[in-house]
Amino acid sequence: MAVTSETLAQVKSVTEDGYKHGFVTDIEMERTAKGLSEDTVRFISARKNEPEWLLEWRLKAYRHWLTMPEPQWAKVSFPPIDYQDSYYFAAPKSDSDKPKSLDEVDPKLLETYAKLGIPLLEQEMLAGVAVDAVFDSVSVATTYKKKLGEMGIIFCSFSEAVQEHPELVRQYLGSVVPYADNKHATLNSAVFTDGSFVYIPKGVRCPMELSTYFRINAENTGQFERTLIIADAGSYVSYLEGCTAPQRDEHQLHAAVVELIALDDAEIKYSTVQNWYPGDEEGRGGIYNFVTKRGACRGRNSKIAWTQVETGSAITWKYPSCLLIGDNSVGEFYSVAITANRQQADTGTKMIHIGRNTTSTIISKGIAAGRADQTYRGQVKIMASAEGARNFTQCDSLLIGDQCGAHTVPYIETHNPTARVEHEATTSRISDDQLFYCMQRGLSAEEAVSVIVNGFCKEVMRTLPMEFAVEAQKLIGISLEGSVG
Amino acid sequence: MPLLEINGLHATVDGKPILNGIDLVIEAGEVHAIMGPNGSGKSTLAYVLAGREGYEVTAGEIRYDGKDLLEMAADERARAGLFLAFQYPVEIPGVAGTTFLKAALNAIRGHRGESPLDAMQFLKFVREKAGALNITDDMLRRSLNVGFSGGEKKRNEALQMAVLEPKMAILDETDSGLDIDALKLVASGVNALRAPDRSLLVITHYQRLLDYIVPDYVHILADGRIVRSGDKLLAVELEEKGYGAFVGAKAA
Repeated sequence: MAVTSETLAQVKSVTEDGYKHGFVTDIEMERTAKGLSEDTVRFISARKNEPEWLLEWRLKAYRHWLTMPEPQWAKVSFPPIDYQDSYYFAAPKSDSDKPKSLDEVDPKLLETYAKLGIPLLEQEMLAGVAVDAVFDSVSVATTYKKKLGEMGIIFCSFSEAVQEHPELVRQYLGSVVPYADNKHATLNSAVFTDGSFVYIPKGVRCPMELSTYFRINAENTGQFERTLIIADAGSYVSYLEGCTAPQRDEHQLHAAVVELIALDDAEIKYSTVQNWYPGDEEGRGGIYNFVTKRGACRGRNSKIAWTQVETGSAITWKYPSCLLIGDNSVGEFYSVAITANRQQADTGTKMIHIGRNTTSTIISKGIAAGRADQTYRGQVKIMASAEGARNFTQCDSLLIGDQCGAHTVPYIETHNPTARVEHEATTSRISDDQLFYCMQRGLSAEEAVSVIVNGFCKEVMRTLPMEFAVEAQKLIGISLEGSVG
Repeated sequence: MPLLEINGLHATVDGKPILNGIDLVIEAGEVHAIMGPNGSGKSTLAYVLAGREGYEVTAGEIRYDGKDLLEMAADERARAGLFLAFQYPVEIPGVAGTTFLKAALNAIRGHRGESPLDAMQFLKFVREKAGALNITDDMLRRSLNVGFSGGEKKRNEALQMAVLEPKMAILDETDSGLDIDALKLVASGVNALRAPDRSLLVITHYQRLLDYIVPDYVHILADGRIVRSGDKLLAVELEEKGYGAFVGAKAA
């Protein structure tokens, strides 16, 4: 989610005078030297005062990472990443910076925020959302912690969790996405700097949407967020992740890892609106978004639902997945991915059915415009143990213009004869008839596209929490500006 | 000053001449009917007026409300109060009728310098108009025109017209595909919109519609030209004699 000016103001109020907002880069950084080595990993771990076991885990990951090839199977292309040309740790110094005004923010971004137009009045509503503000890699503020704390809910930065709740971190870290999982996740395991940690105790229903606004601020600082959410038996949590980034000249690598664990009868709803800088019209300067997100439904009757609205980044490589281990567990994946100009997205999900009577639903809506390329890649795997498993998949692609591409690559694998797996796919275009009809009613070409595309995405949009949905709808329109006429 | 003034209009579609010199003047408050056989250029005239791409004006001019209409894009024309009720309304999956209409109304209100209606004001306004056309809340909630019957689509067009309150409404074969009950309903909706500052251009193949929407003037279109103009009695004469009597070259 784009950071609106109100959000900025809110973050400012949250952080008081300790750390000032703004996209500007002249906040003093304490950073590692450029490049990646065991020393970098040790520096990060030491800087964060981590226990020995965590440093060892990071080093194992780093050493393994050196042996791994880049994944080649996705339908995306980009020049090789020079991992030695990045900084891997940058922490803002506290208590020393002067306030920065919004005047210093890229006016083009402000324009976007204005278009997203969350009125000031909604600030109070927004204030109902607990914000864990991640500036560059270190969490600087957590709101509502006290209120949540009274219910036994832990919602804090990952670093804090390592200090305060090491036993939980040690038990669950890497238990869903192992350190050796894939090149990007392994890099994250070695050099992750911060992120969020959530624990919902037994039987507790989290009373508010938990939200983290991620931002990328420092030039050349790869972002390696690590998020770990544990929903204990009978609990419920809805988590919102929103992102924005200022304009940059150089590609920025973002390799986040998110792990979710749902125990018996627990439910986790994880919603993302991703609006990172997609690069200019030629694709220069956009974010590389290589994310590993996976949830484990460990308990009986547990449920994990992923909803994502992906409009940003130059390259998106992302497959939020569910391991359906507990009997009767449920996995859901709802996705809207929009690519325009030169953006590339290879995204989808994996639903691995292990327990009996597990069910999964996949609804994917892809919109490609300009010269963008987009691929839905999804795997549904029914293991021999998954008696009575069911899956329903629907993949719809919408093309705008005649130079873009949409591809659907479903992998379906069943090892149990009782499984029922359905797959539906469509590809369509916005027709001239539709555009003319909308324009004849007074909508501009851009408004017309926005209305038509929002209609196309409706099934996914309605799974978003209200405050996210409103912004996401506007975002869809903005992302496709200039793609028609 | 007339609301709409068409002079020597020639237009082609895919390079083929369809309109071959149309002259037509519509004053504010007047209701004009254009009748003509298939292929005479009726729908082309409607699309040219609405500014559809692919309909190329090769000669002539159109003044609308004091402005050069041909200089305006389709959406500008719509915001300036020119409305086309489609012969074949278009389906837009996933977009509720109310969502669509609210976006359209607020775009037009913005152009008029009026503030947008909020959700409650809008719903109240639409329900008033919808009731008269026998349009239920359920129909308003459904995806626009998706799975609508012919009659529902045309009633929905009439609703849009009632809500958007155009200055100049063009009805392109609004009677096609309607049974008599639906025809009466739509016609009474249209008649309710007749006003001294609003003009209607009713395009139809049959005289039947004009029994319910009584025009001030009737024009017969053939081979892209208006071959005869008269008052409402011309439609009756046409019904008796058939188009052959008016279309010289094709007369039997």
